[in-house]
Amino acid sequence: MSETAINVAPARSRLKRPEIATQWQLMWWKFRRHHMALIGLSVLGLLFVIAAFAEVIAPQSPGKRNSNYLTGPPMGIHFFDTEGRFHPRPFVYARGSKRDPVTLRKLPVIDPQIRWPVRFFVSGDRYRFWGLWESDFHLFGVEGGYVHLFGTDILGRDVFSRTLYATRVSLSVALVGVTAAFVLGALIGGIAGYFGGWLDNLIMRLIEFIRSLPTLPLWLALSAALPRDWSSLQLYFAITLILAALGWTHLARTVRSKLLALREEDFVLAARLSGCSDARIILRHLLPSFMSYLIVEISISFPEILLAETSLSFLGLGLREPIESWGVLLYAAQNIRAIAHMPWLLIPGIFVILAVLAFNFVGDGMRDAADPYSR
Amino acid sequence: MLQLLIRRLIYMVITLGLVSMVSFAIIQLPPGDYADSYANKRQQAGIPVTQQELAQMRHDLGLDRPWIVQYGDWVAKILLDGDLGYSWEWRRPVADVIADRLPLTLVIAFSTLAFMYAVALPIGIYSAVRQYSITDHVFSVIGYIGLATPNFLLALILMYLAQQWFGQSVGGLYSPEYQDAPWSWAKMLDLLQHLWVPVVVLGTAGTAFLIRTMRATLLDELDKMYVTAARAGGLSPLRLLLKYPVRLALNPIVATLGWRLTYVISGAPIVGVVLSLPDTGPLFLHALLNQDMYLAGAMVMIYCALTIAGTFVSDVLLALLDPRIRLEATA
Repeated sequence: MSETAINVAPARSRLKRPEIATQWQLMWWKFRRHHMALIGLSVLGLLFVIAAFAEVIAPQSPGKRNSNYLTGPPMGIHFFDTEGRFHPRPFVYARGSKRDPVTLRKLPVIDPQIRWPVRFFVSGDRYRFWGLWESDFHLFGVEGGYVHLFGTDILGRDVFSRTLYATRVSLSVALVGVTAAFVLGALIGGIAGYFGGWLDNLIMRLIEFIRSLPTLPLWLALSAALPRDWSSLQLYFAITLILAALGWTHLARTVRSKLLALREEDFVLAARLSGCSDARIILRHLLPSFMSYLIVEISISFPEILLAETSLSFLGLGLREPIESWGVLLYAAQNIRAIAHMPWLLIPGIFVILAVLAFNFVGDGMRDAADPYSR
Repeated sequence: MLQLLIRRLIYMVITLGLVSMVSFAIIQLPPGDYADSYANKRQQAGIPVTQQELAQMRHDLGLDRPWIVQYGDWVAKILLDGDLGYSWEWRRPVADVIADRLPLTLVIAFSTLAFMYAVALPIGIYSAVRQYSITDHVFSVIGYIGLATPNFLLALILMYLAQQWFGQSVGGLYSPEYQDAPWSWAKMLDLLQHLWVPVVVLGTAGTAFLIRTMRATLLDELDKMYVTAARAGGLSPLRLLLKYPVRLALNPIVATLGWRLTYVISGAPIVGVVLSLPDTGPLFLHALLNQDMYLAGAMVMIYCALTIAGTFVSDVLLALLDPRIRLEATA
């Protein structure tokens, strides 16, 4: 009924009148008041933009090795040179190399005489954007040399570029995993809530059972059982499915309990009395009422699956090279020697923490907003 | 109470049975069996094995029987002799391999639990009573970050900081001079000096979660009328706080004790690997990577059994704490 009212009312007055706003509008108003949730939402937006345009933002392709700058520390971007002169175009100092007199290893040294200016919208390494068309357009690069914002790893690969590509993989694994968990949870929870009785009982016992198991060892054991000769793409889907297989229980619980509660509501009875079919009641009346709770559950299970993938890959049992995910990158930082010499390899970890924090804040905000009619 | 105890015990036994099936399924999961991998190894060494030898070997090891018989055999051996199978990698019975390292895992897990509750409860109560104070905000921020940081990353960061600032390695559980020394007071103290690292790493996320739960439930309780009434009646604030709202707010905390244990056990392997502790973590990972499946399956079984026992304990504790649950069970 509120929809007709909105169509008639002019847009400006709608903003001020909660009594005729749609449910989603009320939720958005409530969500907006939660500052941390808004910040979290923008961080997430940024991460997803990075994931979508990793090829363009990354200054070079992730597998490319720079043999002149192996295990090099992050290169800072400067506006002022050593004499304190200001340069409107940012630059990085050139790197030369000298041999260590003892070990004879090549060591990168900063050469403050030469500046490599940062240029925007340059052409660089060729790539296939989203695997669709070829391009060599990059957001930025330097003239005359190379730039490694997060340093390079032991093979001379750019940690910054790899982290950006990993953002795509990690977020997509979590996204696919959560979607699969969502479908499973909604289906199983729906069955339990709709049919009730012994089936409900059985499903609830099953959920309790799965929840009492320690997840990480099971995840580890399951992914260790995957055949070693699988391609990275097969592995990718297998890992997401494994993550989903143990991650659906929360969702199923929510769906079930909401369905049980809503079944008894007056508006469902009214719909039934006016002769609505079961399908129409479920899709038109029940689903919209608990959609918001489902979205909250999803935003809560997202970080869980993200962390699980990261942990698995970190231990070498999840995704493997040549696929990059945050966990795969952190795999290189597994021992104390690597961390002591190349602490910048931990930078992908900051992305993990940022993503999980952002999801947690957004989840908190959504939990408050999910029921706009309360209070 | 007795009825509740019995019901929970039966439930626990059933769950353990299911867990044993899951563990056995994990043992069976990898394609190929031990005979195949043995043949592979011989092949690489240049001594091929004939089909006949393979069949003989499968027969000797009982690998040619249907899986249900193998499962029954596995369970019977565990129940009757405590025999968990044979670790091909270590060339010793699984039970012996695990027995060497399990005590440390238990020490770490229970110290972590103790640490979590000892730290989280006072902070949670303080944060609720002094809501929106600076301390409350500080703990909230720490809590959020603690929840968001994966265990292994925290371990890595701690290792890096210790290396940078103290020039000391925080990995392992003993200093080198005590590595093979017999148990003594000095070794005990040395262990305690090293133990705090895995305990903090494992406990941070759980502590953060507990603080949040405690704060939220206590805030709900503090708003209620009976608190106001008791205050008006002249009860001293501290006594009132500890005797009524805190006791009620403890319910969800105790009820989730089992899950906290699950959580700690679940995180233990990865922390053990990163900090290279001589506990079951590296053992488990190594077994998985080498498909030493009897060892891996037994480890899964033990991890699961521990968490199920934890759930049982928390159920019993909850019944002791809350008379309503006791009555419900007998009704």
